[in-house]
Amino acid sequence: MALGLHRRAGHQPRLTQRQQHERRQRRRSSLIAAASTLVVLVAVVVLVPRMPRWDRVKQSFFDVEQMQDSFPRLLDAFWLDVKIFAWTTPAIFVVALLVALARNSRSPAMFPLRALAAAYTDVMRGVPVILWIYLVGFGVPGLGLERPYNSPLLWGSVALAMTYSGYVAEVFRAGIDSVHESQRAAARSLGLSGAQTMRFVVLPQAVRRVVPPLLNDLVSLQKDVALVSLIGPIEILRQAGIDKSKFANFTPFVVAAVIFLSVTIPLTRLTDYLWHRERRRTSGSRVAA
Amino acid sequence: MKQRSTRIRLIGLGAVAVLGLAACGGDDSASEDNVADEATEEAVEETASGTGNDCTAGKTLAEGKLTIATGNPAYEPWVVGDAPESKEGFEAAVAYGVAEEMGFTDENIVWVRTGFDEAIQPGAKNFDFNLQQFSITEERKATVSFSDPYYSTNQALVGFADSAIAGATSVSELKGAKFGAQAGTTSLDFITKVIQPTAEPFVYDDNAAAKAALEAKQIDAIVVDLPTAFYISAVEIEGSKVIGQFPLSDQVAADNFGMVFDLDNPLVECVNVALGRMRDLTYELVSIEETWLSGYTGAPVISLD
Repeated sequence: MALGLHRRAGHQPRLTQRQQHERRQRRRSSLIAAASTLVVLVAVVVLVPRMPRWDRVKQSFFDVEQMQDSFPRLLDAFWLDVKIFAWTTPAIFVVALLVALARNSRSPAMFPLRALAAAYTDVMRGVPVILWIYLVGFGVPGLGLERPYNSPLLWGSVALAMTYSGYVAEVFRAGIDSVHESQRAAARSLGLSGAQTMRFVVLPQAVRRVVPPLLNDLVSLQKDVALVSLIGPIEILRQAGIDKSKFANFTPFVVAAVIFLSVTIPLTRLTDYLWHRERRRTSGSRVAA
Repeated sequence: MKQRSTRIRLIGLGAVAVLGLAACGGDDSASEDNVADEATEEAVEETASGTGNDCTAGKTLAEGKLTIATGNPAYEPWVVGDAPESKEGFEAAVAYGVAEEMGFTDENIVWVRTGFDEAIQPGAKNFDFNLQQFSITEERKATVSFSDPYYSTNQALVGFADSAIAGATSVSELKGAKFGAQAGTTSLDFITKVIQPTAEPFVYDDNAAAKAALEAKQIDAIVVDLPTAFYISAVEIEGSKVIGQFPLSDQVAADNFGMVFDLDNPLVECVNVALGRMRDLTYELVSIEETWLSGYTGAPVISLD
């Protein structure tokens, strides 16, 4: 950090011996990285098409005409994924935070609540998402709800929110636990109540620390949204499946993957960035390989 | 299973691995090796019969055996009680009929199970042929081969007897309803191309999920082939009925069911000969149809206008 500032100031163009060494090291590692990337790329681009059945694979997975044909339909269907994602995420955060707070309650009278919250996270995380989607998506409407309250979109989203709030609650809980006990002690000694301590001292620190794992869960949710298609709605993966069956070609799945990536890659990059920032903020300088 | 294990003991340790590969639906070279091994076995039991005819020789996955696939699970009235080995149900009976025509005795028939979708995708197959109401379509012919049709049917509508569309007589009355179908089937195509409802249909992996949605009243009706419609309404969903069947027209071709083979499998010819004999010579196909599908065809017709 100090070295960087020094250089940016520009008062001393002559580099120290150490700086020269570091610069050489940096150049060397970028050269090695570039060379190894090139080797891998060449191997893929040159060798794969030489495989005996590459033509068939290419035709089954990378058919350009099929791509153009499927793309508008798939993009249209992807909009449904985005919508489900958009309305389940806030629900997940609210439920998860409540569950995490319940688990972190300290009053002896709250024991049943703590036990309930623990059971909730255990069951939600322990049962496959698919089962929840079937059970809630078909089961609850099957009890006799009328349209539109029996919509598979509604109950599929509820199932997703239930399972994911189990995971996210644990992330929140980890965040809350990571705040040092002295922070609570200090807050209480200043006269804050238990609730105020949580609200103004513990949670702000906890949430900031768990942003990267939270985003990680969101990336995962973004893909699991497709599971709602099991109970009827045609979203992107289902549309790709329909196209695949109709044209006996897997290209629609490749197109769907690219559409997914166009959302998940920025999201994961953002996660990485936040993670690095948090790391820089809280730990020492990086040790080279 | 018993057959297979005795054979494994016969051939000896070296071949076990090869057979294991073949049993997993392995690649071409494995099954070739397998054929070679089987040939030596043939020499041992030269008089063995019931292992196919001249046409099928060398064309089946395992020499002297006919490996037939059906759905997992298989539904009535096509296969009774999910047990094709019992020969009960239309498709089970047809499969055994074809096998018999081709000279396979019952003990040389091996049943395997596949999903509907996976069987019509490109790639190696772990069966000689697969029958689970596969409609013969041009698009599918690019990746798999079909036998001649063994049954022709049309699409039908199943819904609750008290639903708003229960009395529908024409497609125009169905526009406002919500439909469901199995993914990748001709029934789904039928909904989007012929019925053209205002609401997007719901799509399911299998008819079981479609039935659950019907019971949850998330959809008004499901579209399936006529015999399946009758079975669902009579046995599987209490209170449902076959609302109607759709007539054939220029717009709607009959749904012809064919057996699915790996692309360009030479065995298709043998099966077609067998099917031809069952259709035109022994009339077995008709009698099987009468046994298993009679009472599965009379439903009110819903006009296409």
